[in-house]
Amino acid sequence: MLTLPVSEVDPFSPEVLEDPLPFQRQLREAGPVVHLSSCDAYALGRYEQVHAVLRDWQGFQSAAGVGLSNFRWEKPWRPPSLLLEADPPHHDAPRAVLEKVLGPRALRKLHQAWFADAEGLVDEVLAEREFDAITRLAQAFPLRVFPDAVGIPVEGRENLLPYGDHLFNAFGPHNDLVARGTEGIGALSTWVDAQCARDVLSGNGFGAAIWAAADRGDITGEQAPLVVRSLLSAGVDTTVHGLAAVLYAFATHPDQWQRLRADPALAKVAFDEAVRWESPVQTFFRTATADVEIAGVTVPEGKKVLMFLGAANRDPRRWHDPDVFDLARDPSGHVGFGMGLHQCVGQHVARLEASALLTALAKRVDRIEIAGPAKRHHNNTLRAWESLPLRVRLA
Amino acid sequence: MGDLIDLVVTEKSAVAHGVTALTLRHPEGRRLPDWSPGAHLDLVLPNGMVRQYSLCGDRWDSGSYRVAVLREPSGRGGSAFVHDRLRCGDRMAASAPRNNFRLAPAPSYLFIAGGIGITPLLPMIHQAALLGVGWHLLYGGRNLGSMAFRDELAGHGDRVTVVPQDELGLLDLPAHLPPPGPDTQIYCCGPAPLLEALQRLTAGYPAGQVRTERFVPAAETSAARDEPFEVELRRTGVTVVVTPRQSVLDAINAVGATVLSSCRQGTCGTCETAVIEGRPEHRDSILDDSERAAADCLFPCVSRSGSGRLVLDA
Ligand SMILES: Cc1cc2nc3c(=O)[nH]c(=O)nc-3n(C[C@H](O)[C@H](O)[C@H](O)COP(=O)(O)OP(=O)(O)OC[C@H]3O[C@@H](n4cnc5c(N)ncnc54)[C@H](O)[C@@H]3O)c2cc1C
Ligand code: HEM
Ligand code: FES
Repeated sequence: MLTLPVSEVDPFSPEVLEDPLPFQRQLREAGPVVHLSSCDAYALGRYEQVHAVLRDWQGFQSAAGVGLSNFRWEKPWRPPSLLLEADPPHHDAPRAVLEKVLGPRALRKLHQAWFADAEGLVDEVLAEREFDAITRLAQAFPLRVFPDAVGIPVEGRENLLPYGDHLFNAFGPHNDLVARGTEGIGALSTWVDAQCARDVLSGNGFGAAIWAAADRGDITGEQAPLVVRSLLSAGVDTTVHGLAAVLYAFATHPDQWQRLRADPALAKVAFDEAVRWESPVQTFFRTATADVEIAGVTVPEGKKVLMFLGAANRDPRRWHDPDVFDLARDPSGHVGFGMGLHQCVGQHVARLEASALLTALAKRVDRIEIAGPAKRHHNNTLRAWESLPLRVRLA
Repeated sequence: MGDLIDLVVTEKSAVAHGVTALTLRHPEGRRLPDWSPGAHLDLVLPNGMVRQYSLCGDRWDSGSYRVAVLREPSGRGGSAFVHDRLRCGDRMAASAPRNNFRLAPAPSYLFIAGGIGITPLLPMIHQAALLGVGWHLLYGGRNLGSMAFRDELAGHGDRVTVVPQDELGLLDLPAHLPPPGPDTQIYCCGPAPLLEALQRLTAGYPAGQVRTERFVPAAETSAARDEPFEVELRRTGVTVVVTPRQSVLDAINAVGATVLSSCRQGTCGTCETAVIEGRPEHRDSILDDSERAAADCLFPCVSRSGSGRLVLDA
């Protein structure tokens, strides 16, 4: 039996959220499994173990919650997700439906419109040479295309970001970030839930496609609104910070921007490399379904395992020069979108948004640089930005 | 990695007259790709034939697959090979599991099996039992001895109605069919006359209430592993020969394409690449049959060429 290294560090403290990289390095170096005394969880920082646990849904379940809260004895703050917080067999049907609704072939219909939308937005934003990339691009673009694609009404869309922010905070411990969000969350949830009803959704979006699946009997009528809710929960903040990550990466790596300009077909690779490098979704938990062994350490049944996707994506055991953002690298196999049964079902949506925006920018912008102090936004799960002032030079 | 899954036969046993069950594992004991009830594999038999077999084992066991094969005396020899020649220790390859016969959530189920059609229904039955929902199995076959898995079904008591034709005649469908409506979904797999009878009786039922699968023999495909083919990359401006030992993904990325991948099992969709010319041989578990027929894209981590030369938008 190996001795289990222990860490006293709280990975959800403001210091770690401000810059998680030093802690993630310590975690990887300490061992393949490290016990976190702050939250009594078994932490994984190396690629090999994170990858293995992500795929092993039999040994590490999601239905007891993918946050610290253990649904076996704690009441979830909202009705659990039918995808993210479900295990087979319950997970099967909602997953199969969303895979089709958000599949690469279904998205082809949106391709042209989103590329045109991105050009329109970029033209507006480039009227100025300096702007905040978070509000003007990273938030503006997903908010312009995604709610329309789902089919929700225009009114109230400002609720989407704060709802997602709280949702992703709530996967962590009950710290200040969660306490701050708790007050407003009732009203936000009521609004989000109301957008999932069939008669609120437009006739041709992802939402309507989910309801059509219910009409075919592929999911039940009770499940349909919760599946729509998954899109509104998981599809906005994630892409905002994914786009922010790739813009930040290019602003700090001008040579890589020239590379993209020379070969705009690299947009998708660039986005995935940024998702590896920044890991907008940093962590998720699982719960052991039995006494399960990971790298010689037994995780007792019912205990939480905390997977550091961000640490795995920079594990030098897996990646050459992991801290470098490099378009010549093949980022395939990163765990920024997860892996296995729960792997991000919206990843093709995220990639389409990113390639539309990057392609539009690459056409017009010759240089991107940081124009002032950038500010992180703290969230228990997301590696997020408050503001990212950029200066551009037009081509 | 990539391409087909390598499998080795670790158990072979007769489970009924004319039906043999195989347990398949990865040669190094690795985890096998996930599947759900109703899924089947395309097995590339050691004699080069490709045949579909429904998975009828336990998905909670990530290390093994089970299939059961009926001897088809008038067939082209795939099932006969499994019965007469295949041994424990033999290797073969398979595509990732595909599912065209998914179990949807419902308050209760009627399962109707004709003969070897029991295979995809068996994991559905386990699942319904696990969920604690209502279900009934109507299971017909030529005679008791030919009907596989009766032992595994025995514990379910009167939820299972076994109807050997030589003693009791054909299945009495009208007596068992639920009324049209959302309460009971019907899943049926079996010979064409059974499926046709069911379709006639349920013609007016709402969409999705009746779901069927037929073991239609696909047109013969080559054991695509053994022939090299050319792939032209239109955008990159390069043509590459893909050997039987490489995936298309690896071959094209090695000569300068930049196709992303993730699962490398044909399940996640990341590596989707548009096809400009040529007929892909699809081995993914993403496209349904109509999408496959469109032949306008492929997933190069697993899929190959069915036409010699492929031209890709990469
Ligand atoms: C999705 C799916 C799941 C399946 N699951 C199972 C399973 O779990 N267990 C199982 O035993 N079998 C299963 N099958 C059938 C299996 O794939 C093989 O078809 C079967 O084993 C017979 O193979 P064979 O080579 O012996 O005969 P085949 O040559 O495939 O012949 C089968 C029958 O079809 C006739 N036939 C042959 N070629 C044609 C043709 N081109 N057009 C019309 N008829 C033709 C033959 O005369 C014979 O009666 C499944 C098939 C499908 C499509
Ligand atoms: C850069 C953007 C994104 C990132 C980094 C991201 C990340 C992730 C990760 C890591 C998971 C796995 C969770 C787990 O294993 O427990 C996941 C699941 C999921 N994502 Fe995303 N995501 C992004 C965009 C999106 C979008 C745009 C949508 C919706 C359109 C979406 C919807 C979902 C859903 C529904 C799940 C649950 C899937 C399941 O459990 O089967 N995501 N995402
Ligand atoms: S990499 Fe997942 S489908 Fe090819």
